[in-house]
Amino acid sequence: MKINFILNDNIVNIDIRPDKPLLRMLREDLGIKSVKEGCGRGECGSCTVLVDNKPVASCMVPAGQVHTRKVTTLEGLESSGEIKQIQDAFVKSGAVQCGFCTPGFMISAYSLLTGNPNPEREEIRAAVSGNVCRCTGYTKIIDAIELAAEYIRRFK
Amino acid sequence: MKETKRVKRDSDIRVDARIKVSGKARFIEDVEFANMLHGATIRSPIPHGRIASIVNLEKIRNMPGVRAVVTANDIPGENIVPFVKQDYPCLAPDEVKFHGQAVALVAAETVEEARSAARSAEFEYEEYPAVFDAVQAMKPDAVHVGGEDNVHSYFRIRKGDVDKGFREADVIVEGVFNNKHQVHCYLENQGVVAVPESGGGISVYGSMQCPFYVQNALVKVTGIRYSGIKVVQTVTGGGFGGKEDVPSILASHAALLALRTQRPVRIIYDREEDFISMSKRHPARTRVKYGATKEGKITACEAEYIVNGGAFCTLSPIVAWRGVVHISGPYDIPNVKADSYAMATNTVPCGAFRGFGQTQANFANECLMDELAEKLDMDPVELRKRNILKTGSRTSTGQVIGESCGLEETLIKAAEKINFKQHFGRDKGIRKKGMGISTTFYGVGLGAEGEYFAKAGAQVYVKEDGSVIVAIGNVEMGQGSNTVFNRICADTLGCPYESVEVLQPDTTRVPDSGPTVASRSTMVGGRAVLDAARQVCDTFRKVAADKLGVKPFDIEVDAVDSRYRCSRGEMSYFEVVNEAYRRREKVAAQGWYRVEGCTFDQETGQGNPYSVYTYSANACEVEVDTETGQVTVTKFAAAHDIGKAIHMISAEGQIQGGTVQAIGYALHENLVLENGRILNPSLTGYTVPTSLDACDVIPIIVEHPHGEGPFGAKGLGEPPMIGSAAAILNAIYDATGIRFRHTPCLPEDIVKELSKLSI
Ligand code: FES
Ligand code: FES
Repeated sequence: MKINFILNDNIVNIDIRPDKPLLRMLREDLGIKSVKEGCGRGECGSCTVLVDNKPVASCMVPAGQVHTRKVTTLEGLESSGEIKQIQDAFVKSGAVQCGFCTPGFMISAYSLLTGNPNPEREEIRAAVSGNVCRCTGYTKIIDAIELAAEYIRRFK
Repeated sequence: MKETKRVKRDSDIRVDARIKVSGKARFIEDVEFANMLHGATIRSPIPHGRIASIVNLEKIRNMPGVRAVVTANDIPGENIVPFVKQDYPCLAPDEVKFHGQAVALVAAETVEEARSAARSAEFEYEEYPAVFDAVQAMKPDAVHVGGEDNVHSYFRIRKGDVDKGFREADVIVEGVFNNKHQVHCYLENQGVVAVPESGGGISVYGSMQCPFYVQNALVKVTGIRYSGIKVVQTVTGGGFGGKEDVPSILASHAALLALRTQRPVRIIYDREEDFISMSKRHPARTRVKYGATKEGKITACEAEYIVNGGAFCTLSPIVAWRGVVHISGPYDIPNVKADSYAMATNTVPCGAFRGFGQTQANFANECLMDELAEKLDMDPVELRKRNILKTGSRTSTGQVIGESCGLEETLIKAAEKINFKQHFGRDKGIRKKGMGISTTFYGVGLGAEGEYFAKAGAQVYVKEDGSVIVAIGNVEMGQGSNTVFNRICADTLGCPYESVEVLQPDTTRVPDSGPTVASRSTMVGGRAVLDAARQVCDTFRKVAADKLGVKPFDIEVDAVDSRYRCSRGEMSYFEVVNEAYRRREKVAAQGWYRVEGCTFDQETGQGNPYSVYTYSANACEVEVDTETGQVTVTKFAAAHDIGKAIHMISAEGQIQGGTVQAIGYALHENLVLENGRILNPSLTGYTVPTSLDACDVIPIIVEHPHGEGPFGAKGLGEPPMIGSAAAILNAIYDATGIRFRHTPCLPEDIVKELSKLSI
């Protein structure tokens, strides 16, 4: 099936099996490598991307479904001030250990902070509860998102 | 000679953090080779039996995209993946011993084609009776699985006279404790790529902890000599022990397919396959008995520790050994008798997991300590204070604790941090609070049983512009070791942190540095880096001294400002490098370190099994919902004496991450097996803690430096996963008045016991 959609501000036309998971299409056919497969079954959040600005597990979305929609990954946010602040905060807070979960967490954090610039710690916990991290025990990730919120407020 | 000046620099950023937040770090699935095939594994459908044949083998060979099928008959070298023993076949020859054991391999053009070919295998087999439980496997009439009488390995400790010790006791407590499997659930599944080289050799890239183990396995299975094998670790998405033994299996499989097809072959497991076939934390049954005087002095400890090693031995002997060495707890006890058995059963082989046999043993002894405190009517902190190891005490192996023992300080600080006090199940209402405590000690490194591997190499090479490359043999897998190596090298050479680049480990660059396990990277790998950096630094001192007209020992290296100084003047690090190059000095060095002096007598279990110990105490508060059985950990203070924190944020992160894994172990992680088959091989079937299950763990770093570690540092990776489960279960008792003696302690267990109380 031929589909077209916006990937990170570029129009993509591609011929694809409509049931191929978005995750596999991004990685295998479009060279988007920040999107990671931890489970392939919607259980870990390491494949989180934005579809029409909402965070979703890309392993659970059939490619056919993004036809005419907007898909955003870390690669597409590189020029965004917010993601830069989030990245700085993750680095500064020690929120990164093995780093496999990190892109997914940053997308969830980005989505949270663009809607809620001043979240409570408990709101942050809830916002990333679909992202599994086996390394950090979460404390420093939540610290990082709090810090990122502060950076973004200051930066605006 | 004046020592390098080390002042705290703004060093809180990990060397690998930037690349990882950019999304550009290359994990194994991001590594591409032209013309690459994908491998998949055909696995045993039965837990024990003889596979007569794969009946549709020819059909599989002709399936779309399939380029090769390999069975045990096609192995050019020996059909053995070597671990502690040589019992694990690379591919099952005919007898299979666990459900999911690898039988044959498929390589195809795409992942989907490879997997669907593997899935379509049909077998002709004869099923044998099987045994799944370690205690059952000990019975004289049990089915034989492996080892002698199903014993993979046996160890014992005999110190003093326990009968006498128990006679002297006023109070005796005894209990049997059970733990189920725990699964690593590193976020990145296992994966490797094998690339055939034109000269007949093979290169393997992959997610792994022990490139040199992989190298050994490749030599064995392919028959290629060592010099033809190259193993490179790629950025690794978590290991926790789970990438210690298993990558050797994947790598040999990928290599067989690559040699057969003469094309690069990648094997990456999906989550389900990872669950089914990878090593786990050993299930354990532990019996412990303590005797103590009225004053709370422990007079004797007796223990029996039985772990389920699964079908093949892999690392079970070292797990059983570490367990028995530590099983009486971090206490000075005159009489100890302990036995440990790793048993063979028809279940997936268990291997290394953070804590390495101590997690289960400690769970038992620390829960029982709580029962002892109660029987003595003594505060559990006080009871521990009266028995804990201090400098000059003797462990169960008769080892005298030397320098660097901060156990008491960790205990006091952890308890203080959460205002430790017991609730004695007195809380009214549905939600009841309770507090629990535990202490542990941890022998750093491989110890006497692993002394063969207790070595590490490193190379430090200063380039013309002052940038430095460090080649090492111990891997970064998220624990922060590259940052530690960076700091050790920069602080020794007196250069900026940014100048130092730590390379991915590559077996062709550094001599065999043993495995990256047992929290040994900082201590052993770090010492090798230190050795190499010191040699180069000595050259630089000479160069600077010569230039400034003084003696080398007059030069003080200031790592903070990157300067070489003396009373006559100073040079910047970069000027020194320049001068060294101008004079054609040797600006690279090989570093080496080996651990010596560990002893263990197999008969008595006496000796100095480890040269250095880390000490820890955990204090926590839980809230138990008595209607749902839900336990929430509300406070957790984890105090660890790690000698010296070389990189504070990484040290804290290790503590927080390890502790949350332990919360999962205590309360959530429940692997269900039926006749050796795993019924819930997924992250929804087997749940690890999410951000909503975890609490903010408060790390407390205690620093009693040890002369052997670089800058006094000891190891830290594993201790957070050792004592925490007992602290949580002790807190549940304090909240509810019910003693649970198993993990995971699930809501339904709690509801069931509470309902018995109210009848
Ligand atoms: S890979 Fe998509 S949620 Fe795990
Ligand atoms: S940093 Fe390793 S899984 Fe999150």
